[in-house]
Amino acid sequence: MSNEANLHGHTEVVTTHPVHHDEHHVHHHKETFVTKYIFSQDHKMIARQFLITGIIWAIIGGLFSVLFRLQLGYPEQSFPILETFFGRWAAGGKIVPEFYYALVTMHGTILVFFVLTAGLSGTFANLLIPFQIGARDMASPFLNMLSYWFFFLASIVMMSSLFIETGPAAGGWTMYPPLSAVRQASLGSKLGSDLWLVSMALFIVSSLLGGLNYISTILNMRTKGMSMTRMPLTMWAIFFTAVLGVLSFPVLLSGAILLLFDRNLGTSFYLSDIVVNGEILSNEGGSAILYQHLFWFLGHPEVYIILLPAMGMVSEILSVNSRKPIFGYMAMVGSLFAICILAFLVWAHHMFVTGLNPFLGAFFVLLTLLIAVPSAIKVFNWLTTLWRGNIRFTPATLFAIGFVSLFISGGLTGIFLGNSTIDIHLHDTMFVVAHFHIVMGVASFFGMFAGVYHWFPKMFARYLNNTLGYIHFWVTIIGSYLIFWPMHYQGLAGIPRRYLDKRAWASFNQFADLDKMITVVSIIVFAVQLMFVFNFFYSIFKGRKVRTQNPWKANTLEWTTPIVAGHGNWEGEIPEVHRWAYDYGKDGRDFIPQTEPIGENESKDH
Amino acid sequence: MSTTFIILILILGFLITFQIAKASEYVAVMRGEEKVRKQTNKINGFMLLAFLVAGLIGVYYCNEQLKGKILGEAASDHGDKIDTMLYITLALTFIVFVITQILLFWFAYKYQESDDRKPYYFPHNNKLEVIWTVIPAIALTVLVGFGIYYWFGITGEAPKNSMLVEVTGKQFGWEFRYPGKDGELGKRYYKLTNEAAGNPLGQVWEDAANHDDVYATQEMHLVVGKPVKLIITSKDVIHDVGLAHFRMKMDAVPGTPTTMWFTPKFTTKEMKKKYGDNFVYEISCDQMCGKGHYSMRGTILVETQEEFDRWMASQKPQYYTAFPDKDPDNPKMAMPADSAKAMTAAVKP
Repeated sequence: MSNEANLHGHTEVVTTHPVHHDEHHVHHHKETFVTKYIFSQDHKMIARQFLITGIIWAIIGGLFSVLFRLQLGYPEQSFPILETFFGRWAAGGKIVPEFYYALVTMHGTILVFFVLTAGLSGTFANLLIPFQIGARDMASPFLNMLSYWFFFLASIVMMSSLFIETGPAAGGWTMYPPLSAVRQASLGSKLGSDLWLVSMALFIVSSLLGGLNYISTILNMRTKGMSMTRMPLTMWAIFFTAVLGVLSFPVLLSGAILLLFDRNLGTSFYLSDIVVNGEILSNEGGSAILYQHLFWFLGHPEVYIILLPAMGMVSEILSVNSRKPIFGYMAMVGSLFAICILAFLVWAHHMFVTGLNPFLGAFFVLLTLLIAVPSAIKVFNWLTTLWRGNIRFTPATLFAIGFVSLFISGGLTGIFLGNSTIDIHLHDTMFVVAHFHIVMGVASFFGMFAGVYHWFPKMFARYLNNTLGYIHFWVTIIGSYLIFWPMHYQGLAGIPRRYLDKRAWASFNQFADLDKMITVVSIIVFAVQLMFVFNFFYSIFKGRKVRTQNPWKANTLEWTTPIVAGHGNWEGEIPEVHRWAYDYGKDGRDFIPQTEPIGENESKDH
Repeated sequence: MSTTFIILILILGFLITFQIAKASEYVAVMRGEEKVRKQTNKINGFMLLAFLVAGLIGVYYCNEQLKGKILGEAASDHGDKIDTMLYITLALTFIVFVITQILLFWFAYKYQESDDRKPYYFPHNNKLEVIWTVIPAIALTVLVGFGIYYWFGITGEAPKNSMLVEVTGKQFGWEFRYPGKDGELGKRYYKLTNEAAGNPLGQVWEDAANHDDVYATQEMHLVVGKPVKLIITSKDVIHDVGLAHFRMKMDAVPGTPTTMWFTPKFTTKEMKKKYGDNFVYEISCDQMCGKGHYSMRGTILVETQEEFDRWMASQKPQYYTAFPDKDPDNPKMAMPADSAKAMTAAVKP
């Protein structure tokens, strides 16, 4: 693929956008506050916008979980602080059940979509793609900007739904109809659900604009010598993530639009035979299960959309800090590809007990458990990468190691749930909650933290405070295991998800002490996350300054840019690439940057 | 008050931590960053090892504390299969869990940075990679094989001699219908639902099979040792019949009836003897269904055939509740048969 041609193509595109900078004179145009910080088309600024918006959402979503954990851990007590936050929704210091479900729904929606999809992919895809493949910016900086602002719009709509009279959507983050479709069925199914659906539609537009941009940039704009197989694994991971998103989000959009029709136009896509509170509805012939198929056709790839970028960053960070190449580069790419394909073929494992044809179920068991093979390959390759390395425990490394640990723990419990026989008992119990929080929630957060600690110097030309970083890591990993490990036992006991008070049950009331413990630990863990946020914002302005171009002694291209890279990234020519990204410890040399030509006497390997 | 206090303590603790963190950064600069970094590296390496040991002890301790609190023996034949599958998977995954976690943290500790060590340039090894592709694949084939075998056993056709019970979920409770002597459940049409007219399930009274169907709420009666096939449906939103003791579960979807079958192994009385007088088979709703989801509780009474027959004999078909004049036991047959027919017609849409 001729890179020069692409660069020329790029230049031509640039000239049609007067706002964009001429890439050969990086600081030519005067930037105003608005074009630099708000409607910026610079991938680095858009990455920061995604990250900071994601952080704000994470605080809100995390706070919700802590507050509803209060109710879960201490159902008999009342907490004035809840009334302070929620007013009439927690009159007398107890969350009313309808609002409890609204909180659970918002917690899930916010963290899955706004934090771990937009906040994670949006940040690191934007930051790293041009940097690591050697491009001046994204293929379309303008679409990139739109991608952020659609996300922002989606955020505004979702946020506004928190303040309306009937409260936000309360049907769970999956929003299964008829509960989410029939207004009489719950308070959250009134205006809140319409706002949820509109917000998701905007979010999907944002995600598609971003994803198409990531794919076209990676395919077309790699610098000279940067063949696909010389790309760092972060690039491969983000590439597959974008492919997953582009192919699956439109299906969710169709599902959401049909749901909007059912809610507002009197159609019956999902509705049939409904008598709600004695009122007989006229809808006949729809299928409530249809929505679940549409939802999970996105919903399952979605968990990999969340997880793959984290995997990519962890691969990169473990290799850099072990001072050793990633083990089995091609196997890593291959397993990412396998996961990407299989992600589309397993959605019905979320639906084993919906009355799905058991014969069909058997295929989904097979395909689901197949995913364990590429996952196992990845784990063993990470372990081998650490083996006989010379490991520096930066906060990023620790979070990457934590990611692997959590990925193992959470991945193994997936083998229980993916097996339909066991799923009959464990479906929709606390076991599921424990499983996906570890493997998708906390693990991806660890990947994201690793990325933030590792690339913070590139983003802000300053370091995060290390001591706070270490405290952050240790409290978070210990806390996460304390919160989610024992939760599996609640699931084995058959305790269903989303039960805010179990005292009335003879079979489910034996874990009161455990619930209290989990609540206390979650408060501590949340407090430490706030400390991280403080560290983040404090260090942007007051952190230790970065004085060397390549502080981690890494091979990839982003560390060849100036410490504070301008719009266009490199001053002068974009460097040419001569080797893969993982020549660490080769021929007795600590590291060999990708830009260094292959030496004459160099041992042959890649 | 105490909330404010806790928040104050958190803020104070945070300020102290921050000061220490800030100070340590200055100290590092003064004492030489490289030297301090190496010290910190040693501390973190040791902590990783400590975390591994503490973690494995924690896993054991957690199991000791909680294993008695998960439900005891499965109370149905299908439950036994599910438990077997669970323990096979548990054994296999636990071995993998322990080995990989030990390797992860041990490698991290063992290969922490040291001036004497040169990292080993080891980019790939096809033999190793084939080994750890094939071994998981074999292990998973075993799990898939067992899993699908049990799955087909559990979801296959119910035996011919099964008793039939229809379960209907609604916000927020359970309704049951038994077929009566004819062993057949009559037709339903949701638009006929009319609680005031004694027809909460929308039974079509023209269907004679409905005339002996028995309606009950909240408690389901089952016979020990006799397979039961549940026909599950819902009136409003999706619910889920969760039977934790039997290890069974199936969604209740409005408009799309589902089924499941199992054979209860122990009567409620036997279970009370084993697990104490508070024992009761409970039906939980496992699919979020609105504000009362967490309290959507039903119960099951498993009894002997005689006890069941006695209970069934004491029940009156819902038909007689809707049309008291048809009831042979009703002393005053107020309405002639024709006007009853007229009433049925009026209920129709």
